[in-house]
Amino acid sequence: MAFISMISSWIIPLFILIVLLVATWKKLPTYELFVEGGKEGIQMALSLLPFLLGMIVSIAILRSSGALEAFIQLISPLLSWLGIPPDIIPLALVRPISGTAALGMTTELINTYGPDSFIGRLASTMQGSTDTTLYILTIYFGAVGIKRMRYALKVGLLADLIGIIASVIVVTFIFS
Amino acid sequence: MVNLIWASMAIIGIVYALFNGTMDQVNQAIFESANQAVTLTIGLISILIFWLGIMKIAEKASILNMLAKLFRPIILKIFPDLPKDHPVIGYILSNITANIFGLGNAATPMGIKAMEEMKKLSNSDEASRSMITFLALNTSSLTLIPTTVIAIRIQFGSQEPTEIVGTTIIATIISTVAAILIDRYFYYKSLRRK
Repeated sequence: MAFISMISSWIIPLFILIVLLVATWKKLPTYELFVEGGKEGIQMALSLLPFLLGMIVSIAILRSSGALEAFIQLISPLLSWLGIPPDIIPLALVRPISGTAALGMTTELINTYGPDSFIGRLASTMQGSTDTTLYILTIYFGAVGIKRMRYALKVGLLADLIGIIASVIVVTFIFS
Repeated sequence: MVNLIWASMAIIGIVYALFNGTMDQVNQAIFESANQAVTLTIGLISILIFWLGIMKIAEKASILNMLAKLFRPIILKIFPDLPKDHPVIGYILSNITANIFGLGNAATPMGIKAMEEMKKLSNSDEASRSMITFLALNTSSLTLIPTTVIAIRIQFGSQEPTEIVGTTIIATIISTVAAILIDRYFYYKSLRRK
């Protein structure tokens, strides 16, 4: 573990070191290239803003009205029938839609049930093993102006579902 | 599809608030979340400028091409539509590597860059097969070390904050493999329809 977390903090500085060494050795104008690339970054972020803002506001409306919670309560019987513990269901449903909301829920679940409880472990695993599909879709397609996304959303959401079911099975199997 | 989802989230929210008496909260949330989005984007600007700057140097120094050559066989298996010698493979690899090590900040700019290169290849505003595969990989999460979760567990006094690394890795592998298979299934289905 110590080794892995060491790699995680070393990899970026080492990567930068290698890039700069190789580029200097090849006599490239490193600073000018950096600035040139960086300018693209500003444009990219600005063109992303409306996509991100629109999606975040729409999700905020849904959440703050209480409709999301009502929907979760509506379909929880089905999910608990599938063997997913009821306390974890809101997290499972919110994970693909909103990253910050999911992180908040994970923190709350860990706080309520304790990090080493079944729910705590399951929430931790779920949080780590799936990503916010809607956010990734918005950012990646928004940044390059893809208008027709075809079957992308279906693939993303189905993969989330399988990730959530896999988390439940794996955590049940390993910790009990 | 995304138009429908976007509009219906807001419509359902507002209509529900009408009957639920939560209009105040909705009104407040609209402006607060718009603010949040701007803060989030400003946070992204610093990362995007820094990483796209470094990656520009890496590209010109042909480091991306070297990376791409090394792992080309695996990438081409997952992305059969990509041309063999193209810098996009380097960007996809950098995105995957950054994700694996939980460096989300570095992964996003590289992912956007990869998308940009794929768009140049397809030259259309419709998502190409490779784009969807790339998206599927990213949404299934490739994180092997969930640093944020470990930090939360430490904060709440876990006896073994890292005990969930093993279960996370197994669940991640299952969902990633599933994502690739589901992506293939829908791709061949869309071919048959034509």
